[in-house]
Amino acid sequence: MSKEWPLWEVFTRSKAGMHHRHAGSLRAPDAEMALQNARDVYTRRGEGVSIWVVKSVDITASDPDDKGMLFDPSDDKIYRHPTFYDIPDEVGHM
Amino acid sequence: MAYTIAEKPEEARAFAAETAKDEDPAKRTAFDEKVAAEGKIEPRDWMPEKYRKTLVRQISQHAHSEYVGMLPEGNWVTRAPSLRRKAILLSKIQDEAGHSLYLYSAAETLGVSRDAMLEALHDGRAKYSSIFNYPTLTWADVAAIGWLVDGAAIVNQVSLQRCSYGPYSRAMVRICKEESFHQRQGYEAMMALAQGTPEQKKMAQEALNRWWWPSLMMFGPSDKDSPNSEQSMAWRIKRDSNDDLRQRFVDMTIPQADYLGLTVPDPELKLNAETGHYDFGEIDWDEFWQVVNGNGICNRERLQNRRDAWDKGAWVREAAMAHADKKAARKLAAAAE
Repeated sequence: MSKEWPLWEVFTRSKAGMHHRHAGSLRAPDAEMALQNARDVYTRRGEGVSIWVVKSVDITASDPDDKGMLFDPSDDKIYRHPTFYDIPDEVGHM
Repeated sequence: MAYTIAEKPEEARAFAAETAKDEDPAKRTAFDEKVAAEGKIEPRDWMPEKYRKTLVRQISQHAHSEYVGMLPEGNWVTRAPSLRRKAILLSKIQDEAGHSLYLYSAAETLGVSRDAMLEALHDGRAKYSSIFNYPTLTWADVAAIGWLVDGAAIVNQVSLQRCSYGPYSRAMVRICKEESFHQRQGYEAMMALAQGTPEQKKMAQEALNRWWWPSLMMFGPSDKDSPNSEQSMAWRIKRDSNDDLRQRFVDMTIPQADYLGLTVPDPELKLNAETGHYDFGEIDWDEFWQVVNGNGICNRERLQNRRDAWDKGAWVREAAMAHADKKAARKLAAAAE
């Protein structure tokens, strides 16, 4: 069996002013073909005006097992939310 | 498609191998509770080995179906009746290729390689939807496929959008968005024939006669003969039973056939005033199992075509990879200078 083409993650920007968002993945031998294939697979119906492709192996992801350690600490810092503060109605919208 | 960011195939494989050995009851309980509460399972979450295997089987079969599904329609690309129909057909076939890609990618997040899945298809170990083992004899068959086969696929896939496995569910959402075009173009093509000359209408009726029962078979064995369904329903891999989905399809499709002035080839079909659903005749389960087990009209031809395409394309895949490697090496050398 010959070598499998590497896996790429595809990000598309739906229109100017929006973030690029993860659209999916595909296999391609190099960046140029990844981009061409991404155009054909993920933007056939005007879903994008810009595409990023990045090799999956080049992405570092957090480990789901570390979810608690990484994200729980923010749960008890409720003072980071605007609703934590009581502002009298007389002050108006703030 | 759309996995947790970056599913690295090697890591996914290692993760799968590792969790296969881990049968911590606490993890099992947490998993069951999450699924019961409509939570989604993502690729790197712990999952029972049987859940993983069931998904790999189901998603890869689904991917193979999209992939093989291009063949009966490809048969008519050069003979489509007009440029408009030809452009539409090409576009639909391109979508099917995309759908198989989304699904292969979703299956890959479970630690199975794409080449391994294709190998299983090519050597006959893996199944795909039996519907594609029926031939497309006339242009009306292409229309009937869009209307009925894609119509049945939509009923099934809409249900699967709520599957507990995140990547599969997301692939379904995307596919459903695109699939609606497939059904509508098929119905429109059917309409053109049904409202055409008597010969054209006859062609449409004959295609409906050929595709009606195979379309009902797409939903799989009857619930009482589907022993794996119960576990899949409990794990929310499947959300509706085969018979429920089949009934939904019949109820939707009969009024559409009526509008065309065509008759479904089932003398027992009639609206049940009490239930509000259509009662219909018994499926020929012998035929169903014959086709599943490789003895349909086109099983051998379809598989041979896939194998040929894979083998004859090998040099292209290898050359593209060699070219990419060479370019990367050249870039590296230039940077070192």
